[in-house]
Amino acid sequence: MEFNDFIKAFAELFDDTDASEIKAETVFHELDEWSSLIGMSVIAFVRTQFGKAITGKEIRECNTVKDLYETIVAK
Amino acid sequence: MAEYNPFSLIGKTILVTGASSGIGRGIAVACSKMGAQVIVTGRNDKRLEETLMMMAIGEHNKVVCDLTTDDEVTTMVKKLPLLDGVVHCAGASQRIPCKLLKKDDVDSLMRVNFSAPVILQSELMRQKKIRKDGSVVFIASAAADMPSVSNAVYSASKGALISYAKCLALEVASRKVRVNCISPAMVKTDMILRDGIDELKLEEDEAKYPLKRYGTPQDIANLAIYMLSDASSWMTGNNVHITGGVS
Repeated sequence: MEFNDFIKAFAELFDDTDASEIKAETVFHELDEWSSLIGMSVIAFVRTQFGKAITGKEIRECNTVKDLYETIVAK
Repeated sequence: MAEYNPFSLIGKTILVTGASSGIGRGIAVACSKMGAQVIVTGRNDKRLEETLMMMAIGEHNKVVCDLTTDDEVTTMVKKLPLLDGVVHCAGASQRIPCKLLKKDDVDSLMRVNFSAPVILQSELMRQKKIRKDGSVVFIASAAADMPSVSNAVYSASKGALISYAKCLALEVASRKVRVNCISPAMVKTDMILRDGIDELKLEEDEAKYPLKRYGTPQDIANLAIYMLSDASSWMTGNNVHITGGVS
């Protein structure tokens, strides 16, 4: 999955955050709507779309959306 | 003095599944009378039309959809406006003794009573169709914890739905969306007369109810109105039994 598609899909995991607020350099933990539930959604999304397993700890260690993507791709 | 009515559904848009008959039809009609704009869905166009004819004047719509078919669900949800309420009412019954159950019997009932509402709910959330402060109601059944012979898979399907709804309530609470279940005992609809149940036996059973009657779709609709209205805005993750006193 290319980064552009990833960022669109990542933005879809949020209900009330406008997609325009989510960019490569966005520190996603600081978004008002970020929650453990969205973290769980990321884990499920990575499993179904990338066929890979990412942990909550690994997500926490990422700062930006770009970091998250690179962590997933590097797995 | 302005009229005090915490149960009003004026200004709310509500989707009712299984609205072509029985409890679903009763709820759709009652919601329209409380001022909601109602979207009814079911498999049978003619019977949905009949439901629309019974409703109070308003901008109501019908969408024919087989909720067990994923593509139809996705297409239907795309057509929907933003919703303030959803009533998952579509369901089926089946009476087969445990010894005779086959995989197809289990799968078909679980698909209608459990998978279909779960997948519809997922699609509604993925397509962001449920407004903040919305209300989701599942029609479960008192059978989930009132065992009766040959009703095992039906009871299990409704029990599964109740457990699912309680988890869903946690996941959507941050948006102030509420999720509750209604668990009726026997309600007089066509559904309970299928599967060869003896009407005389039903009458004997009905007499055992403390309030001396089975429920009507209207009885259930009144509870659904409460759950859909702002009157129940502090209520979520609950399963309310409505049983004419039987337990």
